[in-house]
Amino acid sequence: MIHPNTSDKIAKIWLWLSALSIILVLLSILGYVFIMGAGSLSVSFILDMPTNNWREGGILPAIIGSLLVVIIALSFATPIGVGAAIYLTEFTKEGRLTKTVRIAADSLNAIPSIVFGLFGLAFFVFYLKDYTGGPSLLSAGLTLGFMILPTIIRTSDVAMRTVSFSEKMESYGLGATKLQTIKNIVLPEAFPGIITGIILGMGRAIGETAPIIFMVSLNPVIPKTIFGSGNTLTTQLYYLAMEGISMDVAFGTALTLITIILILNYSARKMNNYFSRNLRR
Amino acid sequence: MDKENKIEVRNLNLWYGDKQALKNNSIKIRKNHVTAIIGPSGCGKSTFIRCLNRMNDLVEGVKITGEVSINNKNIYDKDVDVVSLRRRVGMVFQKPNPFPMTIFDNVAYGPRIHGIKDKKKLQEIVEKSLKDTTLWNEVSDRLDKSALDLSGGQMQRLCIARTIAVKPDVLLFDEPCSALDPVATGKIEDLIQELKKEYTIVIVTHNMQQAARVSDYTGYFLLGELIEFGKTKQLFENPKEKSTEDYITGRFG
Amino acid sequence: MGKRLNLENTIRGILLLFSTAALVILAIIVVFLFKEGLMLFQHTSVTDFLFGHKWIPAENIYGAFPFIVSTILVTLGALLISVPLGISCAVFLVEISPRWARELVRPAIELLAGIPSIIYGVFALIIVVDVLRVPFNLATGETILAASIILAIMILPIIISISQDSIDSVPRIYREGSYAMGATDWQTISKVVVPSARRGIIAGVILGCGRAIGETMAVVLVIGNVEKLPLSLLDSGETLTSAILLEMGEAVIGSLHYNALFCLGIIPFLIVLVLSMLSSRLITKRVSRFE
Repeated sequence: MIHPNTSDKIAKIWLWLSALSIILVLLSILGYVFIMGAGSLSVSFILDMPTNNWREGGILPAIIGSLLVVIIALSFATPIGVGAAIYLTEFTKEGRLTKTVRIAADSLNAIPSIVFGLFGLAFFVFYLKDYTGGPSLLSAGLTLGFMILPTIIRTSDVAMRTVSFSEKMESYGLGATKLQTIKNIVLPEAFPGIITGIILGMGRAIGETAPIIFMVSLNPVIPKTIFGSGNTLTTQLYYLAMEGISMDVAFGTALTLITIILILNYSARKMNNYFSRNLRR
Repeated sequence: MDKENKIEVRNLNLWYGDKQALKNNSIKIRKNHVTAIIGPSGCGKSTFIRCLNRMNDLVEGVKITGEVSINNKNIYDKDVDVVSLRRRVGMVFQKPNPFPMTIFDNVAYGPRIHGIKDKKKLQEIVEKSLKDTTLWNEVSDRLDKSALDLSGGQMQRLCIARTIAVKPDVLLFDEPCSALDPVATGKIEDLIQELKKEYTIVIVTHNMQQAARVSDYTGYFLLGELIEFGKTKQLFENPKEKSTEDYITGRFG
Repeated sequence: MGKRLNLENTIRGILLLFSTAALVILAIIVVFLFKEGLMLFQHTSVTDFLFGHKWIPAENIYGAFPFIVSTILVTLGALLISVPLGISCAVFLVEISPRWARELVRPAIELLAGIPSIIYGVFALIIVVDVLRVPFNLATGETILAASIILAIMILPIIISISQDSIDSVPRIYREGSYAMGATDWQTISKVVVPSARRGIIAGVILGCGRAIGETMAVVLVIGNVEKLPLSLLDSGETLTSAILLEMGEAVIGSLHYNALFCLGIIPFLIVLVLSMLSSRLITKRVSRFE
């Protein structure tokens, strides 16, 4: 038998290596995208129109497309998600409704992104085509909105639940109505948590490809209306890489995308820290 | 060193970060006797007993100076293997903490981690340990059931059985009865009397009657300092220090 | 007074409506997915669909078996890599990591979770595929194994974070009990901590499994996409999700092919739903037991 102290040492080396490997994997992915993309990325890459059928020039249409779908997704998911969380925490007791909504949100969250793509195609692009304009940025944005709704419900739900009970009671004790208490106590205190959820949802909406892949077009033009088709960073990246159109532009796009995600991730972290400090206080 | 002394503590200091929790304590603990450590909450008695098997090593930011000799060997020397030290100095905790496993596996846990694989031998050890802790008759027909279904008192005796299964020579009890009812407490106290024939026992308790009942020697701690130490009878009936007297007569604490 | 209550009731009504949104959306998804998908079975039997070895849209032959096998192989491969690595990393973070290392690894895991799947795909397409080609002496590195490797990386964050929560909530007294008997760190971890946390760890693995089954973008770029039955991890293949992605462009709306692709979507949809419920059940049970 190996001496326990020896196996302890071996096991610890393995555990350290496992953690190290995570860091290495992350660094190699980030590093690779950075090295490959840094050559293409520049201000004009972001602000210029593509030329020569995406092979040269910039990626402005995809940037604008991504921006528009994210705005649409958030304008759908934020009011509904936060509203749902308010109802769940302030207007109703823990019970069948809260449980069912949580299960539904978790299930929705688990649905494969390509299934959202199928659904979006059948529902927004064909069934509601008179309202959405078919395969449009609006359809893409709403599909993403459906997809990030559970993230926003769950994080807002948690944020509001941690608002201290005694402060709420104090507010009621001073004669405030339910709506006043929600507006003056609950929402302000839960605000950083809600924002964190929105940022997370935003990151997810920007990074997703499969749900909207059937709704985009590769036309290198700036979308004029959300009822028309457009392109996003992710879908453009997919076509450029899959069809080998231009690896340079593909990596420039990937680096742009990663930079956005890094910024969002960083701000969510900052928010979260602020949030937990607030709690301790 | 006196042959009768099992443990000798010299000038023991302990800091949690900047806070000094034990101040220059020295004490001699006699073999095959029960030594009780009493004092008000927060006086450092639990911290003290955790120095005797180096459980404080597990707490971040702890600094210890001084010497703790067990069998004439300083356990804080660099060459000491903490793992085998803890095997020799067993510990029973305030809250019964059986592992979420079967009763058998709980008792067999220690022998197994120390390399005993033979099934028959394990069975012998488990049976003997459970008999020594008077638990055998109550659980012999359900050794394969979860230990978490036992009563609090049974769990605590199981934890004692688990500890003696690795054949330590010192047993440390950290307020072993504070989570138990009087009947279960009585059983544990009887058990401690029985166990001292084979083991050197140190027990931390905030219950002075308990200290008076079970121990041969008693030490009184206040604010991290050992105020008084002596034969239990003498300390309770005729304390030398004013603050000891205040404490045992219930004027504070 | 009456006015205020009116306003409150109106808002309450609107918010109630919002709170049911998740449920309603789930229902609409089910309706549309099944409405389009189940039409296939007017033409093809369920058995032929699930176990048929041939997928030839031009001849209206729809056997999804090769896709199903590819999906299973890819997922198993990913779990094989990520489960030991993920659990080890979770154990590392909770049990032995010094603070500085924890503060490095935790954000790294969050970042891994945030990287878009398409970026994983592009990375794998160029690096992983190439790394595999040489040592295994393959004509192409675009294999099930390549997909498994990149999926393993993608599901690591889920497995780690959920296992970590679960290991973290193992009561300290269990650990102390073990240490007090002279157990080493590793004995305590392997014999007490991890077994006590197993429910949460299994829940994490199940969720990771669901994510692997449903992932599309990273897989489609590296798996080779050939519609034949894969026999080993070194074969090319095509998963349920990648088939949908690749063929939807050619499928005529309302055609049998279109219906068949929806049907392909129903399979991971149902599996993932079941897995998600299973894992949340495991997690809630664990919580109630420790409380």
